[in-house]
Amino acid sequence: MDSDNRIPENKKLTTFNVVTGIILAGGVVLTILRFTMGLGTVTNLDNNNPWGIWIGFDLLCGVALAAGGYVTSATCYIFGLKRFHSAVRPAILTAFLGYALVVLALHYDVGRPWRLPYPVFYSPGTSSLLYEVGLCVFLYLTVLFIEYSPAAMEWLGFKKLRNVVVKLTLLLTIFGVVLSTLHQSSLGALFLIVPSKLHPLWYSSYLPVYFFISSMFAGMSMVIFEGSLAHRHLKDKMDETHLRENTGVVLGFGKAASFIMMGYVGIKIIGLSIDNNWHYLTTGWGLWYLLELIGFVLFPGILYAVGSREKNLTLIRVASLWTVLGIVLNRLNISVVAFNWHLPSAQRYCPSFMEIATSVFIVTLGIVIYRFIATRMPILHEHPDYRAH
Amino acid sequence: MAISRRKFLGSLGAAIGATTSGVLTKAYGAANKEFKGYPGSSGVLHDITLCIGCRKCEQACNKVNDLPQPEKPFDDLTVLQQKRRTQADEYTVVNQFGPQGSVFVKKQCNHCLEPACASACFVKAFKKTPAGPVVYDADLCVGCRYCMVACSFEVPAYEYDKVLTPRVTKCTMCAPRLAEGKLPGCVEACPREALIFGERDMLLKIAKSRIQKHPDHYVDHVYGEHEMGGTSWLYLSGQPFESIGMREDLGTASAPELTSGALSTVPIIVGLWPVLLTGVYAISKRKDKIAKEEQDQALHTASVQATEEMNQKIEALREKMVKEKTAAINFEVKKALEEAAKEKEAEKQIEIHEEKDSTSTGELEDSQENGKQEE
Repeated sequence: MDSDNRIPENKKLTTFNVVTGIILAGGVVLTILRFTMGLGTVTNLDNNNPWGIWIGFDLLCGVALAAGGYVTSATCYIFGLKRFHSAVRPAILTAFLGYALVVLALHYDVGRPWRLPYPVFYSPGTSSLLYEVGLCVFLYLTVLFIEYSPAAMEWLGFKKLRNVVVKLTLLLTIFGVVLSTLHQSSLGALFLIVPSKLHPLWYSSYLPVYFFISSMFAGMSMVIFEGSLAHRHLKDKMDETHLRENTGVVLGFGKAASFIMMGYVGIKIIGLSIDNNWHYLTTGWGLWYLLELIGFVLFPGILYAVGSREKNLTLIRVASLWTVLGIVLNRLNISVVAFNWHLPSAQRYCPSFMEIATSVFIVTLGIVIYRFIATRMPILHEHPDYRAH
Repeated sequence: MAISRRKFLGSLGAAIGATTSGVLTKAYGAANKEFKGYPGSSGVLHDITLCIGCRKCEQACNKVNDLPQPEKPFDDLTVLQQKRRTQADEYTVVNQFGPQGSVFVKKQCNHCLEPACASACFVKAFKKTPAGPVVYDADLCVGCRYCMVACSFEVPAYEYDKVLTPRVTKCTMCAPRLAEGKLPGCVEACPREALIFGERDMLLKIAKSRIQKHPDHYVDHVYGEHEMGGTSWLYLSGQPFESIGMREDLGTASAPELTSGALSTVPIIVGLWPVLLTGVYAISKRKDKIAKEEQDQALHTASVQATEEMNQKIEALREKMVKEKTAAINFEVKKALEEAAKEKEAEKQIEIHEEKDSTSTGELEDSQENGKQEE
């Protein structure tokens, strides 16, 4: 109708802004509720079910899906596959925000959040796997912040400091892989202490290995999935190098993820055999387990394989979303669904609306901050003053 | 069965370290040392067959721990009909079992010899004291509730309704009263001696002698002797423990045994990963370097070859040109000589003609001059 097709300079009332605005406002209300009424009001947690989705989703899934940071930087800097270079910065940013939000979410979950530094600085409980998780997440968040900082410093124009930090890249990458190996696996090892509460199909002494291996394809899938979102919404921020290398990144990670997923299915079967848990497969729990393993690991793994063989980017992108959902399913199964399986259904946990809304709020917060940074700082493109190649 | 399987799993945990790090590591706790509890530490023996479900122990517990009064008074025994667990303000509960509802079981913290809560706590808020009780320090607690996840007996409770000062709560075996030389509140209140306080080793002997004396009266098992690595509270029962709400599938591995394998891989990963990763980096870097060198070499060879070929071509060309030039010069010279020769020939002939001409013209001129003179 209006022949004038100018785009307003400062368009504020977009659908994105309205929806995120509502969610963020809701999040503020929930935050106030949480810190004035307590966990009892906001959550459905109880004495039998001390951990809900704030741990199962925000912590376990958050950390697994932020694995793209160590996977991508190791691929590029340690394994020397330079064609993944343009994928490193977005992956590091996602990882940094992911871990930052994990720590934020923990502030909601624990009783006295201002004591969160206690395990590291005041009274370290070194016999606890949670201590290991806490220490590694604290250190890795620091590493990720330093790894991310050159982007911010290029934006701000701190040339000298930026050049010093860039020289640390290899060291930080190695440190990042060590820390990630430790805490990704330790998140699984958290449940080693409760063979009495976790269903035998999910309980295994290989839990730490399962968590570590699955974090690899979780990270790759997130890089692919997030890349396709960025392509749709932030394409104007990408430079030619990024656009040119993107196909290679998608194909490369698609192929690698498929490979690792097949290996993961293999070690899951080994675990099943070693504990001789085959007879559980015919129960309802068994079907649920098979849905997770076949429907959300093997199947997307095959999709990845076909997609990378036929160079079908759409197929790979579908597989990446599917894999991400599979990781969420796996982590929630271990922490919530198959946890306390022995209890009668009346004593089982189901998240409250406010718990889910808080998790949605935290994810939304992550997306908004990512968008803020990616539209301003050299994340999806190289800063003209600092071209690597 | 359960023992060997657990131990097998435990060693598997160590084997994970072996597969990921290449070195077989065994954790101190899991391998060669078994902790049998602090010598001389105290415990309580609960003879379930003697319990009448009067809830006096609950009442005493409530009193000595200054807990809030419950909705229903302690002499209301209808409460027993529901299966209850410990809560933030109830450190101990008595539940009713059996076909006639004639079996009563008291539930509270079992004060493990190697407690899962203490092992799981990342700020050391839980501690097994040498005297026996497992005690909690609220000044350290962050409120992560991993202790509640970790406890196989489902004992610790949490003050979910406290906003800024939530604590984890559980039976303390009345550690403060023990320090004063008093009995735990519940033990003191029990009218039937269904609860006996004493040294754990002694209580074990009493329990076993009771089983021996009345083999028909008791199940031949002292619950807590080995469960989860052993607990300070011990139980005797006339019914299978599973049927009175006490799990028999917990195994005998203590919590630290379950996690030591995973923990032992940590230092190995810290030690070996940097070596491995630097190695991978060095290999990839070297591959790049060699590839570049080979490329340079190839380029160099190619360029040298090309230069030589070019030089040869140029040389050939020059020779050819020189030849052509010489030929051309020779030709030109020859031509020029020939021409010169021709010209000379021609000039000669012209000269002859001219000589002839000049004689005739001289005659003409002479005659002309003569003619003028005549005029």
